[in-house]
Amino acid sequence: MVDVANVVAAADDEGVLEFDGLRLESPENGENKGYVLETPSSEPATLEPDALRDTLESVYRFVTNWHYWQERVGGEGTARRAFLRWCERAPVAGREHAPGSDASEPLSVPDRDDALRDGIDREWGQLCITARYLDVDRPDGERVYDLWHVDDAGTDVSDLEVYDDPRDAREIATTDDDGRYRPLKTAPTLPSGWAFTGLSGDELVDAVDFFYPATVANWHRERLGDLDVDHWLETARRQTGIYDVIDELPRDAVEWMAEACCVDSQCLRRREWQYADDDELAVDGGEGAFPCREPCSLVVAAARKWAILESESERTYELELTTSEFNQLAELIDAVAEGRTDEIREADVNDGANRYRARYLRAKRFDGDELEARARSEDDR
Amino acid sequence: MQALVIAAHGSHLNPDASDPTYAHADTVRETGAFDEVREAFWKEEPHFREVIRTLESEEVFVVPLFISEGYFTEQVIPRELRLEAWDPEKWDSDGTSATEVTLEVGDADKTVHYCGPVGTHDAMTDVIVGRAERVTGESDVGEGFGLAVVGHGTERNENSAKAIEYHTERIRDRDRFDEVKALFMDEQPEVDDVTDYFESDDVVVVPLFVADGYHTQEDIPEDMGLTEDFRLGWDVPTEVDGHRIWYAGAVGTEELMADVVLERAADAGAELGNAAEVVRDGAAVEMTTRADREPTTSEPGD
Repeated sequence: MVDVANVVAAADDEGVLEFDGLRLESPENGENKGYVLETPSSEPATLEPDALRDTLESVYRFVTNWHYWQERVGGEGTARRAFLRWCERAPVAGREHAPGSDASEPLSVPDRDDALRDGIDREWGQLCITARYLDVDRPDGERVYDLWHVDDAGTDVSDLEVYDDPRDAREIATTDDDGRYRPLKTAPTLPSGWAFTGLSGDELVDAVDFFYPATVANWHRERLGDLDVDHWLETARRQTGIYDVIDELPRDAVEWMAEACCVDSQCLRRREWQYADDDELAVDGGEGAFPCREPCSLVVAAARKWAILESESERTYELELTTSEFNQLAELIDAVAEGRTDEIREADVNDGANRYRARYLRAKRFDGDELEARARSEDDR
Repeated sequence: MQALVIAAHGSHLNPDASDPTYAHADTVRETGAFDEVREAFWKEEPHFREVIRTLESEEVFVVPLFISEGYFTEQVIPRELRLEAWDPEKWDSDGTSATEVTLEVGDADKTVHYCGPVGTHDAMTDVIVGRAERVTGESDVGEGFGLAVVGHGTERNENSAKAIEYHTERIRDRDRFDEVKALFMDEQPEVDDVTDYFESDDVVVVPLFVADGYHTQEDIPEDMGLTEDFRLGWDVPTEVDGHRIWYAGAVGTEELMADVVLERAADAGAELGNAAEVVRDGAAVEMTTRADREPTTSEPGD
């Protein structure tokens, strides 16, 4: 139970206490004969201490809401607090930037009080977060948080591997469902089948930070309008050592690179960086909840490869292919690019990216381990 | 509030590269000495670039989990952390003596105490000796044994070899092992010829590397002749040219490394209470209860 005397003491300290619609002015603040109490559903009333106590009991959910956010969570102005407020649809400073985000109005204290009994769900990349009251029968404002994969939303928790230490998120996020290493934490390949239940607010933020590092901090900065975006040229030019070459990547290639690596199907961060401050890339940045503020280390490493490859000059090759074989090359590239080679059925020889079809093409058109072709000399061009 | 950031290389290809970083960060977390502890990486996330903003603390101690002063500690980490007015001269180091410099950062209202790398701290000497104790299973290993401290070495950066030689000298001064030598992968004297450099029948080989990976689990074991093929593994010890080679694997995986991280932060002014003592005692207990001699194999890193 939260003692309503706490909120009275806080009002005495502050003169006027105002939080999420609750307003309590102490007599020490002005010339009032008593405490002035106001909520969105009640007119200001001047009350003696005893009557105040009774009236506060009648707006107890405002009191517990104040207690949870001001006494338990604290951290005024921090990303942690803003994120936890967002989780239960409470008013949060700043504004949402994600185009795909739910722009619905924040919930009032009574609405949240009702909703927290069942739980309020939010999605953060592939994470589903539920904020709920710890004690539903006699809520004292204390929230706990559950965290699982969006794909498991309909799965009974008893069928999931349950964790309670946020650090376990590092292990879960290390490999995908096929056991392959995930160097990019925000790739849409987070494995499912696990759940964290009953986390405290701090633990929830820690877990989210292990799954998607720095996303909360950058989302918060973006909300407040001070996300420091480093565009491609800025990031490329500050590189040294083996990455010194990446600022030589042609502008077209940067466009292709963003299309290859930075779209929603490959990364859940919403790309906010452009080629340069006044030079936007044409490819769509995505709809993710959290922003990408500069090319990541994977993009930088891949850019090095492309910078080296793009330094080669183009040549014209002559080779013999049937029309179907030419089309098959496109099918093969597309299947690899879309990551669907594992889905092609063993005997589906109608699919150009079927393994037997590829092996046949290799048997027919390769000379040794190279495609049989004649490069025209530079003079012929 | 004070925070600790352990800055490590990480890998795009090898998921094990960050294991020691996580392990040491967790050890520090459990002491409760810092309000916040973060791992940060060059090749993983959170990236150096974005770690400072994830902290609420005003005082941040950054300890590079690197072996020597050089490209990463002098250029990459300060640049990516946006350390304002950083200049390697501010460390006033002879190549192994960097301790700390206090700077502001460009993207947050915080003070960063940028520490020297773990590899050159005096406490690292104890970790190397501890590693030798672990691999031999003898808490007083020394008499009748030679010790090789192995570094990457590179002609490009003389500090790389200096760190190895520094600890080699300090261990030699203790008169504990019959012989102590510094050996390298990429320069003379080379680790390939380890048996040429020792008279002792038993030689403990401790690579001064942060994480196990391509070099410590493939290159060095094969080059020393411990195994034909790293995938087949090797025995500890392995008989090579009439010597018994006790190969320890990367020193960076040693539990006591967390103590070196704490010592670096303490030297920079972090208030730690008895955390370092707790970590040292914990590592000592762990040492006597674990007889882990089997090397693990890992995939090539980048």
